[in-house]
Amino acid sequence: MTGAGSAVPLLEVENLTMRFGGLVAVDDVSFTAYRGEITAIIGPNGAGKTTVFNCLTGFYRPSAGRLAMHKGAEILKLERIEGFRIVRRAGIARTFQNIRLFAGMTVLENLIVAQHNPLMKASVLSLAGLLGLPRYRAAERAAVERARHWLDRIGLTDRADRLAAALPYGAQRRLEIARALCTGPALLCLDEPAAGLNPRESAELNDLLLGVRDEEQIGILLIEHDMSVVMGISDHVIVLDYGRKIADGTPAEVRADPEVVKAYLGEDEIEEGSNKRDIVIPAQAGVQGSAAGDGGTGFPRPRE
Amino acid sequence: MTAASGLAVAKAARPPVLWAPLLKDALVAALVAVLLALPLVGLQTYDIGGVALGIRTHFDWVAIGAAAVFAGRLVLCVYPQLYGGRTVGGQTPLGRVAVWANRQVLPITLAGIALAVALPFLPFSSRYLIDLGTTVLIYVMLGWGLNVVVGLAGLLDLGYVAFYAVGAYTFALLARDLNFTFWEALPFSGLVAASFGVLLGFPVLRLRGDYLAIVTLGFGEIIRIVLLNWSPVTGGPNGISDIPRPSFLGLPFARSAPEDTTTFNQFFGLEFSPDHRVIFLYFVILAMALLTNAFTLRIRQLPIGRAWEALREDEVASRALGINPTTVKLSAFAIGAMFGGFAGCFFATRQGFISPESFTFIESATILAIVVLGGMGSQLGVVLAAILLVSLPEFGRAFAEFRMLIFGAAMVGVMVWRPRGLIAHREPTLRLGPQPAPR
Repeated sequence: MTGAGSAVPLLEVENLTMRFGGLVAVDDVSFTAYRGEITAIIGPNGAGKTTVFNCLTGFYRPSAGRLAMHKGAEILKLERIEGFRIVRRAGIARTFQNIRLFAGMTVLENLIVAQHNPLMKASVLSLAGLLGLPRYRAAERAAVERARHWLDRIGLTDRADRLAAALPYGAQRRLEIARALCTGPALLCLDEPAAGLNPRESAELNDLLLGVRDEEQIGILLIEHDMSVVMGISDHVIVLDYGRKIADGTPAEVRADPEVVKAYLGEDEIEEGSNKRDIVIPAQAGVQGSAAGDGGTGFPRPRE
Repeated sequence: MTAASGLAVAKAARPPVLWAPLLKDALVAALVAVLLALPLVGLQTYDIGGVALGIRTHFDWVAIGAAAVFAGRLVLCVYPQLYGGRTVGGQTPLGRVAVWANRQVLPITLAGIALAVALPFLPFSSRYLIDLGTTVLIYVMLGWGLNVVVGLAGLLDLGYVAFYAVGAYTFALLARDLNFTFWEALPFSGLVAASFGVLLGFPVLRLRGDYLAIVTLGFGEIIRIVLLNWSPVTGGPNGISDIPRPSFLGLPFARSAPEDTTTFNQFFGLEFSPDHRVIFLYFVILAMALLTNAFTLRIRQLPIGRAWEALREDEVASRALGINPTTVKLSAFAIGAMFGGFAGCFFATRQGFISPESFTFIESATILAIVVLGGMGSQLGVVLAAILLVSLPEFGRAFAEFRMLIFGAAMVGVMVWRPRGLIAHREPTLRLGPQPAPR
């Protein structure tokens, strides 16, 4: 299942540690994401998956470790870049576990706001824009075209002028992904994109992500509980538990890993039923989880 | 509560009107009205000579008022049962007007501008009316300025009057100490006010909602108290007087000009009239307000304007998309403050005298009320609300001591029927599809 151009590393995380007071949310985690590959991060609730994302996208400053982003020949140290600059400097865009759209703005406006930095540059601190210079107008047209491209991809073109809040849940999820893509990222970080989607929407999402991976040749980093998504499209799976990395490999390898099974099902059950070698995939785990919002996911943590 | 349950029933099958709970509801409303009106309206003191006060009773007024409340409440409750819910926007007559107004923004705007331009020359126009129009326009401009901060950027600012004061005092001091004229001082007033906007912006960058409101409220008070106590510079409570009046392209408005200057009326060969200056001031503020509006409408469609709105909607998501919250917030504060400063400069030249008394918290509250009442972010709404809030107390003068009561009732009415403001509608900054046809 490894992607075509697998040799090009995009993001190298080395010994990432994030402490909140005495709590170690992420403990010495290292992994590499490659360009043109989908890397999934899975793990029980509270394993530190979202914390890894927050470190990558500048919302948290890591307590220790190195986050190296390859940009051409240049290697950027993410932990040194101010939060809001990461999307422009390093090309890392993200979505959120609980959808964070600009609800009071239209679908199109959401996608235009995502292109703030190039538009701001074209408007020369708003001066060129205020005067309506052709240079700014051209930039705005280009931004609308880019938005239209992604709207076509997610099937929301006909609803472009509606308020984002008026969209159904699945469409909001897709819009948030499109918004992240409008920033023109090299690495797309998706925090539970399939949460709350029905099986059909979930399958559509798989197609979208595979399409984006192959056409744009970008890396996708994915936190997901829906195993049909994780196992179906990931090239590479990383399993976290209690902030530590416990497995790293192809979906098939991870699925067979006893450590992983233990983390999800608990030790007792392994001892009792020795035939259980694979992760049991609860039917549509994500569906139950998402409705609860932030923390609620389908997987209960087995240990006390 | 009764109204809500009645509504649910009406939605289900629309059975015959249930009169008993409605009557009870209306009775309770009338009782509350009686309790309120008895001391306020029913008893009136008057001077009976000497040191004594007599009390005149007006129980008939109270009875009329209570009957009106009873009938009004009854109609309010029966109406939705007979004609469906009134919760959906655009269902009430007022709502339908607002929806219509949204569809016809351009004609309404043009008609409004035409009316505003023609106002001084209309047959019924008077000096009083033009003065009132000037006051309304000052508040319109302040409302539009505050709309940038509150309506677009979503930063609740309770101390906006501070920038108004800074603009006014900047001009007054420049005129007193450096002999600046109005037109020379105008850009500086805006600039200094904008700097104060940034100054306020820095400490409140991390604050939102209630906390931001408290700090901005404090900021407004600090400015006023500094103006009040820094007597050597600001004149303290005595304020600054003899602030120069604006000139028309260098032609002063005066009965008799000093040596080698031509006055406005001499230049145009007109009879001197004090009304000339009043009309001129009116047109100056009209032009300033329209410029403010044009600027705001334009900047809303630029990336910085969209970033303000994005920040209002979701700061975390904005950051993840590469928007720098610091500069975006500061720019909103600066631009909002700049317009406040311009308005303050105009206020100083119009009054000829300013003192800290003009810049109390109640001014901030009025400006904020204009923005909220008009509908956050709506430019047309601000105009309507400014006309309503500024001129209603004026026209209410005939009612003497009851005018604030009428004013309050009007505010309550608007909040009942249009809880999100008179014109709660946001026009997208750009569209992919065609403009929806006017309905």
